[in-house]
Amino acid sequence: MSLSHEGMRPSPEAMLKAAQAEERGEERGKLKIFLGYAAGVGKTYTMLEAARQQQQAGRDVVAAYVESHGRAETDALLEGLEILPKAQREYQGVLLPELDIDAALARKPQIVLIDELAHTNVLGSRHEKRWQDVEEILAAGIDVYTTVNVQHFESLNDIVTQITGIAVRETVPDSILDRATEVKLVDIPPEELLQRLRQGKVYLPEQAAWAAQKFFRPGNLIALRELSLRRTAAWVDDEMRTYMETRAIPGPWPVTERLLVCASGSPFSEKLIRTTRRLADELKAQWVTVYIETPSLARQQQENRERVWHDLRLAESLGAEVATITATSVAEAVIEYAVRHNVTRIVVGKPAKSRWIEILRPPIVDQIIRLSGAIHVHVVSINGAPQKTERQIVKSKQAVPWFQYLASLVLVAAATALSGLVMPFLSPTNMVMIYLLAVVVAAVQLSLKPAMLTAALGVLAFDFFFVAPRWTFTVNDTEYIFTFLGLFSVGVVISTLVAKARERAEALRERELQTESLYYLSRDLAAAVDMGSIMAAVIKNISETLDAQLAILIPHGEQMDIAAISKDLILDNKELAVADWSFRNRRQAGVGTETLGSAQLLYLPLHTTACFLGVLGVKLEKIADYRSPHHRRLLDAFVTQISLAMERVHLAQQAEQAQVLQARETLERALLNSISHDLRTPLVSIIGALSSLRDEHLQINDTRSQDLLNGAWDEAERLNRFVGNLLDMTRLEAGELRINKEPCDVQDLIGCSLAALEQKLEGRDVSVKLTEGLPLVSMDMVLMTQVLVNLLDNALKYSPADSFIEIRAQTNTKYLIVEMLDRGPGVPEHDLQRVFDKFYRLPVPEGVNGTGLGLSICKGIVEAHQGTILAENRSGGGLRITCQLPL
Amino acid sequence: MTKETNLPRILIVDDEPAIQRFLKTALANGEFALFQAENGHAALSAAVTTKPDVILLDLGLPDLDGVEVIKRIRQWSQVPIIVLSVRDREADKVHALDAGADDYLTKPFGVGELLARIRVMLRRSLQQTPEPIFRIDELEVDLARRLVLLRNETVALTPTEYELLRLLVANAGKVMTHRQILKQIWGAVYLEQPHVLRVNISNLRHKLEKDASRPRYILTESGVGYRFRSEF
Repeated sequence: MSLSHEGMRPSPEAMLKAAQAEERGEERGKLKIFLGYAAGVGKTYTMLEAARQQQQAGRDVVAAYVESHGRAETDALLEGLEILPKAQREYQGVLLPELDIDAALARKPQIVLIDELAHTNVLGSRHEKRWQDVEEILAAGIDVYTTVNVQHFESLNDIVTQITGIAVRETVPDSILDRATEVKLVDIPPEELLQRLRQGKVYLPEQAAWAAQKFFRPGNLIALRELSLRRTAAWVDDEMRTYMETRAIPGPWPVTERLLVCASGSPFSEKLIRTTRRLADELKAQWVTVYIETPSLARQQQENRERVWHDLRLAESLGAEVATITATSVAEAVIEYAVRHNVTRIVVGKPAKSRWIEILRPPIVDQIIRLSGAIHVHVVSINGAPQKTERQIVKSKQAVPWFQYLASLVLVAAATALSGLVMPFLSPTNMVMIYLLAVVVAAVQLSLKPAMLTAALGVLAFDFFFVAPRWTFTVNDTEYIFTFLGLFSVGVVISTLVAKARERAEALRERELQTESLYYLSRDLAAAVDMGSIMAAVIKNISETLDAQLAILIPHGEQMDIAAISKDLILDNKELAVADWSFRNRRQAGVGTETLGSAQLLYLPLHTTACFLGVLGVKLEKIADYRSPHHRRLLDAFVTQISLAMERVHLAQQAEQAQVLQARETLERALLNSISHDLRTPLVSIIGALSSLRDEHLQINDTRSQDLLNGAWDEAERLNRFVGNLLDMTRLEAGELRINKEPCDVQDLIGCSLAALEQKLEGRDVSVKLTEGLPLVSMDMVLMTQVLVNLLDNALKYSPADSFIEIRAQTNTKYLIVEMLDRGPGVPEHDLQRVFDKFYRLPVPEGVNGTGLGLSICKGIVEAHQGTILAENRSGGGLRITCQLPL
Repeated sequence: MTKETNLPRILIVDDEPAIQRFLKTALANGEFALFQAENGHAALSAAVTTKPDVILLDLGLPDLDGVEVIKRIRQWSQVPIIVLSVRDREADKVHALDAGADDYLTKPFGVGELLARIRVMLRRSLQQTPEPIFRIDELEVDLARRLVLLRNETVALTPTEYELLRLLVANAGKVMTHRQILKQIWGAVYLEQPHVLRVNISNLRHKLEKDASRPRYILTESGVGYRFRSEF
């Protein structure tokens, strides 16, 4: 939230936030929270009162989960309200009542009442927590009234524990409170509450009876009351600020702050994170939680990783941005991140280690402070937690193999032997070099401890064997102390350097592997041209990289269909239902998440900014890996890649369809133009002739009327043929040409086509040459007759009246070859291919009219027979058209 | 519509008024008594009441399928039926012919074709005994003595070819579908072997026609069957 100090206009961020909130508000239901500071202040009662008011105002109110705990006054208020039956879930043989989400969604009232926002659902319910149920109902556009106590809020959890001494386990993320439309504080003075308690009007679960005694002390109640008042005030303040911001009302805005806190998996992290949240609230700042994964941390045992996971999720739920970084030095990585992301304050914890350890190994806090430069560093004291817990960060020590110690002994022995050989010729200082060499070798090849052992042994050996007095451990010349120290420190330094370098190399290698796997995946995806190849590439790459089994599900109507799946992986209906939920709610679900965590796979929605494409289901080998930041990061990257590839294929298909559509439209337009012209032209003559004949005033003699009638007749025939061509063309284009193949006599075929053009053939010389013994050929008689008719018609039209036309037919081993030859003008060479295009007409000769469709129809029919047709010019002039049909 | 007893009676069944008008005009030359029906059901009752000698039946009727009308009429009458159909619907024509129609005309058709077909139908329905000798142009077929003469010279035909010729000649002027020919000459088993028919037709043409590529006697009706010419 920032407002530029200069102008009076609201900043774009503020406007965007407001617009988004408004948009969300229109689709989402409104949440009204009835907030109290303890059980028994009357939240449920107040909620019911408000609900009844709404009902009387005419709104549709339904009580989905309201606990009256037997209190008569509450029950009285429930009367008259529609009550949704609760779902009964079985847990360890007992039936427990839970909120029935689906019933509420199906009923779709305007307002629904749900008590106890912080409640944890029974194992096996769709969501872990009731607040998640409420979110789902809000997303469906239904308003919700709910009740919650202030101590359930995540950010206040540790303070409350401090105040009351009782840890509250059921928590609600603060984001819910932030997004609530209305917060009503239900407040009564603590004395009144205590009185109610004495009167037995406050419901307490039996087990917690004595704890409740501890809880309901006046001091606690007062503190809690103050907490709830403060929190509500903060919420109101927020509302006011948003209001002022969107209307550009200037106010005393603080400078934009940005906070950073580190999660390390230590038990302090949680406290640090909550503290940072409170600080961020006070400063009205954004904040980031960062987890630096060094290679040594990566080798940690499972509990630590779980804790890190938990801390990061906690930070997210409290409203932080979360980032995970791989690096070798924590302090450096933190500072680098802070500088790059404009962090103004870093929050660190004050560790309580002993002085000596601090000297030898400066704690990270000090490193950070030293490197922080212009960034403020807040050091938060973490007391109350026992020191022992610090050591709970168990580093799985990589056991140093025992033979490494042996190797160091060997090295020292070898150095001693060598030095012994050289002793007569060199002064002792030079022998130091040999030991130095041994130490260096040990440092490079062995781990730290063996290297240090080598140094120590080397020093001792050197002292014993070569420093006067020999064969003793005493030293005469104190200068050798420096030698010893030097040898020792060289050993340590080199060894440490080597270890660091190795660690760095390992981190880099791991990163390289990740990048490589991503690279291979994106390369394969880029090459994929259809969904099938995308699926195959995904399954192959991800299963290899993560050693996992995958399934990709795509929505199909109302359900999710399995588009691709690893071998041997089977999804039953329950799994499909989880996948369906994940898709519909656009959220992760399944094992490792808080929703439907009892599923077998983890389901991640595949989406781009524009649309949701489907769901990726992942089954990892180790359950623990589901919560490993490393794996999740990789999965997220994969999901992005897959979504992009799917979108690309989808868009490509759309583009292709658009092209086809356009081509069709072009053709249709040409057709329309042709029709318009070629239909009207014959009609001109026909109508002209008939109107002349009808007109009694025109005196038309018999010859002339005969002429008119003949002309009209010819034109009518032409029109008929044109209509026929059009119909053929339309059928060809629509792909509706059905070929009825039957064995046909080629001579018969030619005879039919000649018969069809009988009139036009008068006076023309057409000869037929068939080879002897032509077999019967399988073809569609009617369509092929049409082909020959069109070819013959063309030949008649374009060749002079006195020229010869020939029809030839023969067969070879594979084809029937029919040729139509004329002595017309032929076709220009470059047009020989185009002559079969639709609407192509020869520019010459004049006076010849045709639709330009005839030859393209021939081509369509011949090709539908799997045959070929081509046009060639004849030597000596004229055109030869050859049709080949497979036998 | 006058009911003059001696004139041959033609029932025209078509739902298009324009076509009705054309047919009426074309046939109103005093040779025929004309009756009209506009749809299938009207046609069925008209067939009963007017007792026509030839029915011109359009296949594209609004209420009943033309083939259905044919089937129903055929249940009690053998009156010649000529169907009017459009181009490219060969399957419909074959279907109608196999259901009992006798011939067809493809729209648009000329009056000459129409009259020729009608005349063929009337001749067949009116004559009681078939003529023993069939003559057309240069061809003479003596059905009693099983003799075929072309330009007064005997033509040698195989028994199958002769049977084929006999069938065609007996139905001269009328179209016969492939199925009908195959069934009558070769029997139902050969219905799936049309090439038998083709080969025989080809042989016949070679023997009887001057130019087998331009047959004048045995005409091919593409996609439907064959027709032996009855007049020139």
